[in-house]
Amino acid sequence: MEDKELYFWNGPLPETQAPATPTPEPWGETKVVGKPIVRIDAYDRVSGSAIYPSDVMLPDMLHAAVLWCPHAHALVKKVDTAAAEKMPGVRAVLKDGVVGTNIPWFAGRGGFTSRLFDAHCRYEGDEVAVVAADTIYQAWDAVRAIKVEYEVLPRVTTIEDAVKPDAPPVRDGGNKPAAPQPYQRGNVEEGFKAADVVLEQTFTTPCELHNPMELHGCVAKWDGPRLTIWESTQGVYAIQAGVAAALKLPLANVRVIGHYMGGGFGSKLEHGKYSVMASLLARKTGRAVRLFLTREQVCMSMGNRPANTITLKVGAKKDGTLVALQSRTIGSGGAYSEGGTGGVDYVIRELYTCPNVRCENSSVFINAGPQRAFRAPGHPQGAWALEGALDALAAKLGMDPIAVRLKNISLVSQTRTGNPPYTSTGFADCLKNGAAAFGWAEARARKPLPSHIKRGVGVSGGMWQGGGGSPPATAIVKLFPDGSANLNMGASDIGCGTKTWGAQIVAEELGVPMDRISVEHADTGTTQFATPSGGSKTVPTESPAIRSAALEVKDQLLGMAAEQLKLPAADLELRGNEVVSKTDATKKVALGQIQAFGRRGLLIGIGYRLPNPPGKAVNPFGAQFAEVEVNTKTGEITVLRFLAAHDSGRIMNAKMFQNQVFGGITMGIGFALTEDRVMDDKQLGKLLTANLHDYKMPTALDAPADKTVVVVDPHDNAFSNTGAKGVGEPATIPTAPAIANAVFQATGLRLTDAPMSPARVLRALAAQKPAPAGQKGVA
Amino acid sequence: MAHEDNDKPAPATPGVSRRGFITSVGTGAIGVAAAGHLVSAAPAAAQADVVKPGDVSTITLTVNGRRQKLLVEARWSLLHVLRDRLGLTGTKVGCERGECGACTVLIDGQARYACMTLAVEADGREITTIEGLMTGEDLGTTQQAFADEDAFQCGYCTPGQVMAAESLLGTNPSPSLDEIRQGMAGNICRCGTYAHIFKAVAKAADLKRRGR
Repeated sequence: MEDKELYFWNGPLPETQAPATPTPEPWGETKVVGKPIVRIDAYDRVSGSAIYPSDVMLPDMLHAAVLWCPHAHALVKKVDTAAAEKMPGVRAVLKDGVVGTNIPWFAGRGGFTSRLFDAHCRYEGDEVAVVAADTIYQAWDAVRAIKVEYEVLPRVTTIEDAVKPDAPPVRDGGNKPAAPQPYQRGNVEEGFKAADVVLEQTFTTPCELHNPMELHGCVAKWDGPRLTIWESTQGVYAIQAGVAAALKLPLANVRVIGHYMGGGFGSKLEHGKYSVMASLLARKTGRAVRLFLTREQVCMSMGNRPANTITLKVGAKKDGTLVALQSRTIGSGGAYSEGGTGGVDYVIRELYTCPNVRCENSSVFINAGPQRAFRAPGHPQGAWALEGALDALAAKLGMDPIAVRLKNISLVSQTRTGNPPYTSTGFADCLKNGAAAFGWAEARARKPLPSHIKRGVGVSGGMWQGGGGSPPATAIVKLFPDGSANLNMGASDIGCGTKTWGAQIVAEELGVPMDRISVEHADTGTTQFATPSGGSKTVPTESPAIRSAALEVKDQLLGMAAEQLKLPAADLELRGNEVVSKTDATKKVALGQIQAFGRRGLLIGIGYRLPNPPGKAVNPFGAQFAEVEVNTKTGEITVLRFLAAHDSGRIMNAKMFQNQVFGGITMGIGFALTEDRVMDDKQLGKLLTANLHDYKMPTALDAPADKTVVVVDPHDNAFSNTGAKGVGEPATIPTAPAIANAVFQATGLRLTDAPMSPARVLRALAAQKPAPAGQKGVA
Repeated sequence: MAHEDNDKPAPATPGVSRRGFITSVGTGAIGVAAAGHLVSAAPAAAQADVVKPGDVSTITLTVNGRRQKLLVEARWSLLHVLRDRLGLTGTKVGCERGECGACTVLIDGQARYACMTLAVEADGREITTIEGLMTGEDLGTTQQAFADEDAFQCGYCTPGQVMAAESLLGTNPSPSLDEIRQGMAGNICRCGTYAHIFKAVAKAADLKRRGR
């Protein structure tokens, strides 16, 4: 994965111009930024007044439902909608062959093209027809009345089957996309020769489903040639681009609004077929159409984190110095995506100093739902292998797991051309400060309990390829003569508090109280261009532009006040609702009394974001510590507590930062213990975990209440005017390996397959050689 | 759409038989084409009439203190009626099969999944939704505690979480951490904000005990 791909933008990344105001001094002590302030939209979200896209109700609106292919691999021979079209309330039915539906559909960035209703269904869930009716019940009645003749084709739903020479092809040209060139630096063969210890292990990871709580979908409405879409999305401009291209509409005529959205985690970075289908149905019927998928459809079609098998070979000196790393990764992005291994090797290449590295990745196609970017694509899988292997190395060398990691801290980005130094890396401090706060040494020294319940602690490091931000970013700050302000930006608030920290920056620079700031965002009709909120880049990308916009307004305001007070602007500062002389506090003017401002009615500042400095790498780092109990009779693993130490540069809001880290840990617990997409490989190739009962995401009973965040905050002022890096993805990368390593310390079991289900734990325990008395439970 | 003046007879006995309920489970929006009828009590359910899609009956719901008559199809879920008929969109759709809790409301003070409750089943009951916790524009105690503790991220599951907390605190005013976790276990938060949710529920309990 290239750095620029982290922007989830199809095509060249747009640029933005330099800010009009000179680059400001870095913040020192801040009054508002960083403080644990209640979210600016907390009221909306707890009162029920927030209107999410699935809540949008328009007069005379129709409801749509999608018929999907029930087979893993099939050709649609005939779709008979005659009966469905005559049913009560039915207003429109679309299928292959209906005028206007022959729309090419691009799968991912690979360039492969299918169609909106493609007769060749490559996985259970491919769309066959769609109905709009007066009520959603009538729409489903009609969907059930559609008769489809399928020619069921041979299918492959496992990687092992897909790579067999006689495997049925998922796509023309076979099941293997062009293999990417292996990543290589130094010479691994030489490296392994020079190693004192070589360890090779194979790790597997689960296929995880994003399953955001709000389903995927939209409401579409036409006003003549202009289309408005309310979509649950991470990026309104990405939806606009996708829908405009599909329907051959001018960009200006596609307005996408996404004020609230109920979670995405990477699965809502792009438009769906539903966006286009709703628009077509709305055009055909002349009425607004709401089309939201069911949970089953979301599980089948709306993305996943591919399962990976990673064979990792580690070579090290006796003192723990790494000399060689070699990984072979295989994975599948499903039927349409080539991204079965995207991002997996990045942590392996980058996190620890190692001169000789070789990483091979191969992705294959199978008859399953396509992958989508999922919170730190590839990184949790890569960390699962790397951090498990380092722990095994530490045990083999008789070293403390933290000591092995500290031995190999890198201050430069080894993956990027020219090995640029990081603007900051708090990784060593994350390990050290985290260990101190966690009570690492004491916990490790604890004697095992004389019980079938074993207790242990584990650590894992992590880093994220993105999280440094870049152009494009444009923000507008408007100041009203009564001293209230409006922030206007295109970025979506996907739950990370974008609106809140944006307003905090405005409050910091202009001294406007938070309750006198409003935020207009995520609307292609009224707000500025923004790439989708993803890649842990919304804070590092947008925050410098917001600060620039606020400073631009302040400049104008002080200039006007200076003219009126006949003082130099440099002598003036904004204090609350007044502009006051720094040298003579009696010389001041209230904002409402600045005549030029009053005549203007409104001051507007436009802020842009500068590129990060050349020759530097900007990345967030973290280390997490887990304490677990393993019930050796039932195989159950209980996570007792977690401590997470993260370097994400400057913190925007301490409360939201902690929440974000806790959320990442919760999701990582799902990876480690319960989440697993299961396909009916042996029978029909159908998805068995197409609901939230069978697909097990962590609940209140699975997430420990005892969680702590340690902020390692190096005030990184070397790359932007806010010094803030991202945290959303780094927070979930080290979680699962920290749990596995704690299980090792508790039981001596090195579990390499995630999720670590009770069945797997029991099997591993049964296979475990009895340890000599007194040693069990000690690493 | 509320109809105050319809001339169709109301069902004789409110409520739904277990058998009738089972025939219609899996409803949500994708449910069975025609639910078994809901008139009689358990043993007689075998002889129940078959209700066709489009056939409506009158029910009376008291929603957030306001009593209203509604014409509903037998298969409509309470969730559908609250959101699409009454416009109370604070109650969210998450799975429509009783697995996520986003649609949690109070029925006679007890937390229930509105997606798994037929509207006819709720006939005569008192329903409280997230909107019903407000006093005018002021947040209710539990809502305020969720806001203060940052007990959400995207906020989509939050109305359901708040209603589950209301139900818990209605029966157990001083829950322990374990009791809070058990009480909130039927509501999934994919953003993973549970630790803050636990704090918010404890804070709401404390505030309520002190008469707020």
